[in-house]
Amino acid sequence: MSEKNLKQYWKTNVRYLTILLSIWFVVSYGCGILFADALNAFKIGGYPLGFWFAQQGSIYVFVVLIFIYVYLMNNLDKKYDVDEK
Amino acid sequence: MDVQTWTFIIVGLTFAIYIGVAIWSRAGSTSEFYVAGGGVPPVVNGLATAADWMSAASFISMAGLISFMGYQGAQYLMGWTGGYVLLALLLAPYLRKFGKFTVPDFIGERYYSQTARLVAALCALFISFTYVVGQMKGVGVAFSRFLEVDFEWGVVIGVGIVFFYAVLGGMKGITYTQVAQYCVLIFAYMVPAIFISIMMVGTPIPQLGLGGDLADGTALLAKLDQLSTDLGFKEYTSSKKTTIDLFFVTAALMLGTAGLPHVIVRFFTVPKVSGARVSAGWALIFIALLYTTAPAIAAFARTNLINTVNEKEYAELPEWFNNWEKTGLLTFEDKNADGIVQYYNDANPEYVTSVAAPKGWKGNELTVDRDIMVLANPEIASLPGWVIALVVAGGLASALSTAAGLLLVISSSISHDILKKWLMPEISEKGELRAARIAIAVAVVIAGYAGINPPGFVAQVVAFAFGLAAASFFPAIVLGIFSKRMNMQGAIAGMIVGLIFTATYIIYFKYGGGTPEQYWFGISPEGIGTLGMLINFVVSISISQLTPPPPAHVQDIVENIRIPRGAGEATGH
Repeated sequence: MSEKNLKQYWKTNVRYLTILLSIWFVVSYGCGILFADALNAFKIGGYPLGFWFAQQGSIYVFVVLIFIYVYLMNNLDKKYDVDEK
Repeated sequence: MDVQTWTFIIVGLTFAIYIGVAIWSRAGSTSEFYVAGGGVPPVVNGLATAADWMSAASFISMAGLISFMGYQGAQYLMGWTGGYVLLALLLAPYLRKFGKFTVPDFIGERYYSQTARLVAALCALFISFTYVVGQMKGVGVAFSRFLEVDFEWGVVIGVGIVFFYAVLGGMKGITYTQVAQYCVLIFAYMVPAIFISIMMVGTPIPQLGLGGDLADGTALLAKLDQLSTDLGFKEYTSSKKTTIDLFFVTAALMLGTAGLPHVIVRFFTVPKVSGARVSAGWALIFIALLYTTAPAIAAFARTNLINTVNEKEYAELPEWFNNWEKTGLLTFEDKNADGIVQYYNDANPEYVTSVAAPKGWKGNELTVDRDIMVLANPEIASLPGWVIALVVAGGLASALSTAAGLLLVISSSISHDILKKWLMPEISEKGELRAARIAIAVAVVIAGYAGINPPGFVAQVVAFAFGLAAASFFPAIVLGIFSKRMNMQGAIAGMIVGLIFTATYIIYFKYGGGTPEQYWFGISPEGIGTLGMLINFVVSISISQLTPPPPAHVQDIVENIRIPRGAGEATGH
């Protein structure tokens, strides 16, 4: 793969990482810790919302984030022809 | 049949399975011994990672801790799962592409330095050893409570089993036994949770049950908030007075997870880079199953406990109460001699003067060890004997699987990083394999001995292992992948400063007489690894800017690990 393509590939990867890790941070440290108190004013089912994020929601979001990354990278690998045969 | 017979049958059966699996999957080469030949399918690796990761602390202690901490328990729930996102996005795929056997291998080659390799190997040894001693202790406790053998004999039996399959099978044997152990432990965790969820809130899914309504129509969590404040505790779901400490502890656990060598090394066992990514996802799904159930168990158990015991006549309490009293993990002291159990927060002065004193209460009369919340849960909910036996087998599976993974890291650090790569480079593959087996055998025996006579520092193992992993490995690996400019001088300085800072802080506050009032910014020793990591990053980057860039062949390694194509089988050469 050419130098330029490699740079492009890596830049896209880093962009994906930045976006996904921002979500990771906002959901766990934001909704689960810093703003949990404010979110507790809302309810989903019998759960206060901040409490739900801290003890349930953030974990579900973590799982989803990994699988989104897997999906994005598998496509990216194919696009730049660096996937494993 | 009574509980003990059931326990013998179920525990015996699971042990027979582990041994059978171990014989079937013996290791023949160093590659099989260290990384299972790099041929483990991603889903299988996910299962093994989950069992490797979830220790006796996750299985036995965590729900109990949450039960008494309420909202704050989130630090364990998020802290011990969020690290997998970092692993999948920042570490696992690149380390898999790098294709060596151990974490010190990566540090040593990326930073072209035997010193770096040695620092990393010693860290890996220290982290894994403190961690494994706790597992051995857990095995001893489970045996002595339920099989009525002495604690020491419990540890010896546990050591014998791990010895057998780890020495024989190496990573290959450990991987496939861990798959079996995951199945045992998750089944054992879910069955009582589902039963109790059906009984209390009428849904078989505990994750929904936690947000569900009780038979009288009030929400479980609202009820629990009410019960807690009625007894002078803070509201169960309240996140008021959230401190900076919660933030730091959660981060230290996440970063530590991503830096723990026995977790990272699992991703060396899958055949492809894309496999390493998806495997982290599978691992987290399997872990999340238990971690999202734990808070439900915590809330169920707490509600049940308060309802069954508080302000009841001692003479009329159910049988399980007396059973657990015998172990000393549950105690009732009738301070005002009225024959009734008063359970409340006597550390809350306002509550004591306004509620407790006028009623003639003379202090909280019930002390509950947090560890029994999971173990006693089936009894509290009057579930049949086989469910209780199952929980014992699950607890043993969680402790044994984690111990095996850690022992492998210890063995590979000694035989591969220290012997092969440093002291005896001419050693043959056969010799190295023999050394690995001897190292693991010696490590099991020492861990067993330390489990019976735990050295004082082991109680603080969590703070140490996670703090050190976060402050040393995590930054060194991430910078090694994402910064081509990062060089030997920067990485070594960063690791050493991070380690010394974190270790000093923990030692000062745990053993050196430091008091919580002196915490920096209110950060407890459990959370200081996060600050250690930040310091490591700053030191590494500044020093590397002042020193020459790494040689061309190292920059090529970095270019190479960034693209997935060409990941061969892991090799030692």
